[in-house]
Amino acid sequence: MGRYIARRLIYLFVVLFVVSVITFGLMHAVPGGPFDREKKLPKEIMENLNKRYHLDEPLVMQYGRYMYDVMIPHFSIKAPTSSLLDDHLFNVKVGPIWIKWMNFGPSYSSRSRTVNDIFRDQLPISMQLGLMALFVALVIGLPLGILAALKQNTIFDYLGMSVAIFGVSVPVIVLGPILIYIFGVSLKLLPPTGWGAKPPYVLGFLPAKLDWNFWKYAIMPPIALGLGSSAIIARLTRASLLQVIREDYIRTARAKGLQERLVITRHALKNSLIPVVTILGPMFAALVTGTFVTELTFGIPGMGKYFVTSITNRDYPVIMGTILLYVVFLVIANLVVDILYAYLDPRIRYD
Amino acid sequence: MTDLLTVAGLETQFRTREGLVHAVNGVSFNLKEGETLGIVGESGCGKSVTVMSMLRLIPSPPGKVVAGQAIYQGKDLLKMSDEEIRHIRGAQISMVFQDPMTSFNPVLTIGRQLAEPLEIHNGLSLQQAYDRAVQMLEMVGIPRAKERLNDYPHQFSGGMRQRVMIAMALICSPQILIADEPTTALDVTIQAQIVELVKRLRDELGMAIIWITHDLGIIAGLADRVSVMYGGYIIEEALVKELYANPTHPYTLGLLNSLPRMDETDHRRLYSIDGLPPVLLEKPNYCPFAPRCAYAVEHCWHENPSLIPVGPGHTVACWVDPATGRER
Ligand SMILES: Nc1ncnc2c1ncn2[C@@H]1O[C@H](COP(=O)(O)OP(=O)(O)OP(=O)(O)O)[C@@H](O)[C@H]1O
Ligand SMILES: [Mg+2]
Repeated sequence: MGRYIARRLIYLFVVLFVVSVITFGLMHAVPGGPFDREKKLPKEIMENLNKRYHLDEPLVMQYGRYMYDVMIPHFSIKAPTSSLLDDHLFNVKVGPIWIKWMNFGPSYSSRSRTVNDIFRDQLPISMQLGLMALFVALVIGLPLGILAALKQNTIFDYLGMSVAIFGVSVPVIVLGPILIYIFGVSLKLLPPTGWGAKPPYVLGFLPAKLDWNFWKYAIMPPIALGLGSSAIIARLTRASLLQVIREDYIRTARAKGLQERLVITRHALKNSLIPVVTILGPMFAALVTGTFVTELTFGIPGMGKYFVTSITNRDYPVIMGTILLYVVFLVIANLVVDILYAYLDPRIRYD
Repeated sequence: MTDLLTVAGLETQFRTREGLVHAVNGVSFNLKEGETLGIVGESGCGKSVTVMSMLRLIPSPPGKVVAGQAIYQGKDLLKMSDEEIRHIRGAQISMVFQDPMTSFNPVLTIGRQLAEPLEIHNGLSLQQAYDRAVQMLEMVGIPRAKERLNDYPHQFSGGMRQRVMIAMALICSPQILIADEPTTALDVTIQAQIVELVKRLRDELGMAIIWITHDLGIIAGLADRVSVMYGGYIIEEALVKELYANPTHPYTLGLLNSLPRMDETDHRRLYSIDGLPPVLLEKPNYCPFAPRCAYAVEHCWHENPSLIPVGPGHTVACWVDPATGRER
């Protein structure tokens, strides 16, 4: 297993390299630049800006410079400064020497902020939202799917699957405002917009205090974001459990005289969860990266806004940073799924 | 010897897209204590459905046992409550299935699955059940039994898995073991080993056996009595020696002729029964074997024969006496 994980991490670097080249090439191929405005800036200012951010260099040089800043640890006797050009994600002091790693550069459009600032302040919020949405998806989707399968072709099945179809067909942009209107505006139970968690975060992304001030903001958005995924999980769980129930080993379990309850919990469930687990990786990544509309609807200061506006603004460092981050996310989410997979199914061994 | 199990008039149907499938059409037989009954017939003739109906293991829908009774220890298996039959399954009547590859749960250890019947029926702790499981594994000839408890099914070969299956079926010392083609999925040499194993266990433990197969050759050395099934009916039944000495139904004759024989000197071609197995979408009002029967006469097309005695303990459902070729 250890060797397998190591192999996957090497694979992560290969993917990061390929994606970074493609992204870098594409974003520079698109016409326009970060400092283009309706009213053109004076030529000298333009040249100065381009020089300051090295945009006047050949693309290969720019790419090399970027990768060097991000990938290669820097050793220095100088303590980290507050300069926008010298902001590293990791700063470790060993004796008199500072090891600094991962400088994703300054943001061009949000002046006075670096990409690392966005990672530190906005990313945790999107992760919290995504994680809770995944939790909502599981908590609603699994029981609904199991119930529908066990009561196949009964009112429970039809009702559950109707809820599932409702879940996939109603987008966040419709469901969000409806929730806000009912619980935020009419009943005044929950604040309609905002987010309660503030830095510093535990482990870099978990809220430090889980009190009502956190939860009152964190009920509606995860439901709005997670409902669609819960529908997918419900349908998959139902289909998978229905198939498992027809397997020979379920008949064997019944022939041994097991209670129906044990036949389901001990023999059917674990097997039927295997296909569900495979989609959790991509699903989690999609939830964390697909928070834009939810964040907009509920006024949540997450990553989504930066990711989307960075592209129209040609904010090159933010585009690169967020995309590379999402790649790391996707690969790690899938790795976790693979490990879970091996735990669920003893036939799968990675070494 | 007393009857342990009496099945009478068993009828099971499946509702399918093509129509109502009459899988079992009024099957009756009995099983004595310690006796081995063979049920023989080609694929799809209703052997599995017959025994699964008895234990109420038919998936429903689409299947339904529409008539009949199966009396075990004075009680009808088909009428008792779900809880009552559950206490009989695996404890007093247990089953070994055809495919040892798919009949084990792939995600649970062999020990866990093997110990389960004891846990359920005898209320043993997992540790006590494991001790007994090791004994059973040794009994069916699994080397290093204790270590292998923690292995998963995919770590065993097909033959080994079928041995474990047998151990699992016998772990609660049942009165009746139902073996549904337990050797069909295995290599020939392994088949013989499994048959020998069951014979040995039967002599040691004394349970009655219902052994389902489509291979009359296997049955010869194993069963006391044989029922031959065709199209959802039992069409001939006799003690095993009598059946081989005086096969009477044309279908049984065909089955026996299609066996390769070691004592054959002239290398004649193996016989095979012409035609296709019957479609079960209707209950025929003629003999279901008539379309494939070389002896069929006019009467066979108008009335479905029922079992009549033709010798001591020998019954057959046929209008024609194949020895003379004339109607009885
Ligand atoms: N779940 C089911 N749904 C529909 N029809 C079924 C089902 N199970 C069995 N049948 C039908 O019942 C008939 C008898 O099947 P059964 O499994 O008893 O045959 P068998 O004699 O055991 O054959 P084999 O040697 O292939 O195991 C078959 O024609 C089959 O089409
Ligand atoms: Mg069968």
